[in-house]
Amino acid sequence: MTKNALATGLIWLSAILVSGVFVWLLSDILIHGLPRLSWMFFAEAPKNAGRSGGIGPIIVSTVLILLVAMVTAAPIGLATAVLLSEFARYDSVFGRLVRRSLDVLAGVPSIVFGLFGNAFFCIYLGLGFSILSGGLTLACMVLPILIRTAEEGLQATPNDYRLAAAALGMSRSAALVHLLLPSAAPALVAGLMLGIGRAIAETAALIFTSGYVDRMPDSLFDSGRALSVHIYDLSMNVAGGDASAYSSALVLILLLLIINSIAMGLAKHWMHRSVVTV
Amino acid sequence: MSLSRADKQLAALLRGCALLSAAIVLLILLFLVKESWPVLRHVALTRFVTDTSWHPVDGLYKLTPMLSATLYSTLGALLLATPLGIASALFSRYYAPPFLAGCYRRLIELLAGIPSVVYGFWGLTTLAPLIGRLHPPGVSLLTGILVLTLMILPTVALTADAALAAVPVAYLRGAAALGLSRWGLISGVALPAARSGITAGIMLAAGRAIGETMAVLMVAGNVVQQPHSLFDSVRTLTANIALEMAYATGDHRAALFVSGLALMSTVLVLVGTAEVLSRERHHD
Amino acid sequence: MNEIERIDKTHTDEAYTLGPLQAGPPCCDPTPLIRVDSLSLHYGKKPALENVSLDIYKGCITALIGPSGCGKTSFLTVLNRMTDMIPDCRVSGNVYFDSKDLRHPALDVQGLRRDIGMIFQKPVPFPLSIRRNIELPLREHGISKQSELNDIMQQVLLDVGLWAEVKDRLESSALALSGGQQQRLCIARALALQPKVLLMDEPCSALDPISSGVVEDLIQRLRGKYTVVIVTHNLAQARRIANYAGFFWIKEQRSGCLIEFGQCKQIFEAPAHELTAAYINGSRG
Repeated sequence: MTKNALATGLIWLSAILVSGVFVWLLSDILIHGLPRLSWMFFAEAPKNAGRSGGIGPIIVSTVLILLVAMVTAAPIGLATAVLLSEFARYDSVFGRLVRRSLDVLAGVPSIVFGLFGNAFFCIYLGLGFSILSGGLTLACMVLPILIRTAEEGLQATPNDYRLAAAALGMSRSAALVHLLLPSAAPALVAGLMLGIGRAIAETAALIFTSGYVDRMPDSLFDSGRALSVHIYDLSMNVAGGDASAYSSALVLILLLLIINSIAMGLAKHWMHRSVVTV
Repeated sequence: MSLSRADKQLAALLRGCALLSAAIVLLILLFLVKESWPVLRHVALTRFVTDTSWHPVDGLYKLTPMLSATLYSTLGALLLATPLGIASALFSRYYAPPFLAGCYRRLIELLAGIPSVVYGFWGLTTLAPLIGRLHPPGVSLLTGILVLTLMILPTVALTADAALAAVPVAYLRGAAALGLSRWGLISGVALPAARSGITAGIMLAAGRAIGETMAVLMVAGNVVQQPHSLFDSVRTLTANIALEMAYATGDHRAALFVSGLALMSTVLVLVGTAEVLSRERHHD
Repeated sequence: MNEIERIDKTHTDEAYTLGPLQAGPPCCDPTPLIRVDSLSLHYGKKPALENVSLDIYKGCITALIGPSGCGKTSFLTVLNRMTDMIPDCRVSGNVYFDSKDLRHPALDVQGLRRDIGMIFQKPVPFPLSIRRNIELPLREHGISKQSELNDIMQQVLLDVGLWAEVKDRLESSALALSGGQQQRLCIARALALQPKVLLMDEPCSALDPISSGVVEDLIQRLRGKYTVVIVTHNLAQARRIANYAGFFWIKEQRSGCLIEFGQCKQIFEAPAHELTAAYINGSRG
């Protein structure tokens, strides 16, 4: 057999193997998770340590944690991106310092975020195991993603707008608010969706910051259990919890699919628009 | 630069936010060191390797079983994921018809987004019993390696795909015009040209494997022992932290923070090298 | 003058309301509105312009001609301090606008750019409605009463001859206009700020010939009421519309410089410098 034919065979085989395993995984979760899925599942609270009942309070906790994370990270991230893109010269020392530290932040493993969140938010700031601690820890995690996508979105807006606005005597802030940010909006939202997708998949950082409690939280200072933590608890600590875990995993994957589709749709819309205006 | 007063105020506000963003990483390092200090103060770093075992309650801090577990699982996963990932990238770029290539790429992108806890869960309920039938127990180093492979494969595949996409079409046309076969073209022109990008992707994947917690926690067995065979139950450094943080106090807790510091530095070195490599690519 | 004969028959005199065409320099003001004295410009280490001195007279159209790369556009960007936006750009020499030092660091640059407007080679309408395109800069400069905004908008759109074409679709996107219409919108937008000077960087070169003709007619009608400095590659256009002309040239391995400056008639018919004569006649550049 020639080398070319061998290579072709091996590569097709690899592709079939890889897709096979992944289809196996996804269909497994679909098949085992679908039976339990119902409106009741989304509304009810977990019963019997989660073996039966639903994931109502879990969903609420998850949404609250995400909300805290995004509400904290989005403004700071946008402000940093605007600074890096519009106000700092590309080779300035400050700009390089900020970029370098964000690159490092992006590489920190999630368990280390868990350690940090526990030491800083829970203990040092006294927030304890709470949705607030979990959300703030996640905010630190998704900040690099938000900043990178926002900066890319701003850089992609035509420079002509900046020049024309300046020639008309408009201030930088006016050009930003009226021209650049609206123009970059699809990219900004796509970045937000990416951040949400990353945050919702996070487990290790939440176990030591937002805790395990599966009751409906009364406030942001209450401990709350995120969906990913629920799956972990059901599969590792609760005998017979597999059925619920499958359904929860299915819900998580569906949520991620929706979020990613929105992000991809927006990214395509953004690319299309920037091509048309040229 | 001629900035109006409103602009100057805005710039000051933005600079403050950027400073905040940049400070987070310093804060993390600060708190890691602060929490590790109680143990670092009176335990020499060498003891983390030379102590007889891991029994923090008794003042014994041997981390080697965990370090070995992390090392072996990462190496094993890289060994499997690198060829499969590169093959996936080659498949979607050079071998598959356009529609299939698009579907395949979208499948890989979907899998890159699946949470580690879902991989771990599936590994626990499906893979572990299968491997258990081969050689009990099911939860072992091998299961950990297999699940890690699944997790880092999309990283390798997507970065290799991007690196191959950056190979100038002119190179490929020139090679084809010389009558090279498809594999000859790939091995002779495309892969060498994309080499630094692919290596960067492998480093990123290695960083991800080392830092992975949930999946290996769920499937590798969590016994603190030096692995002597693929079927031994092991506990990685990350799993160690996750399991013991819940009840660790005092020096024990500080020791866990030390392992956290070690993890962070290793991953950072890898990610930094990956970045240097990918920047070299841009200069080529 | 045969400019009137040259106007496309589809455009009648009523389209423009800037006033009748005036022949020859109408200004009796011997003091130049803008004085440039020994201006030099460097991008990093590379010199772009060397020792340029010329005068811009009020109400006249001054054309800057010369081959590509000899610094005409760079010269233009000095006049409204757009060089501030270019990193690593150093300007030396003196520029006086209305007897004020234009390069003074404490100068209100936004106010300056209200007095000296700029039109770019490629039309840059904002991705907003036609109305918003004109209202946005006005609002930024402090005019907020809607009735006042409407009046100004209507007046400038009449001035550039766009009113009849767009009055029924002011809320539609400016990006849907044709190239020539977009450029006229950009001119209207600049005129709304009531500038004293308009800087134009090859405003017709990105347009098709008919649109180009329409914009050129508009520029001619700006004469008298506004002062125009126009960079153009089109010698025939310069000859047609300019009162004064400055010929720029780039010497080998050196920077751009001004070879000759004077009244248009003199430059084109009796140039003093041999390079000018060679360029005009097409044997160089």
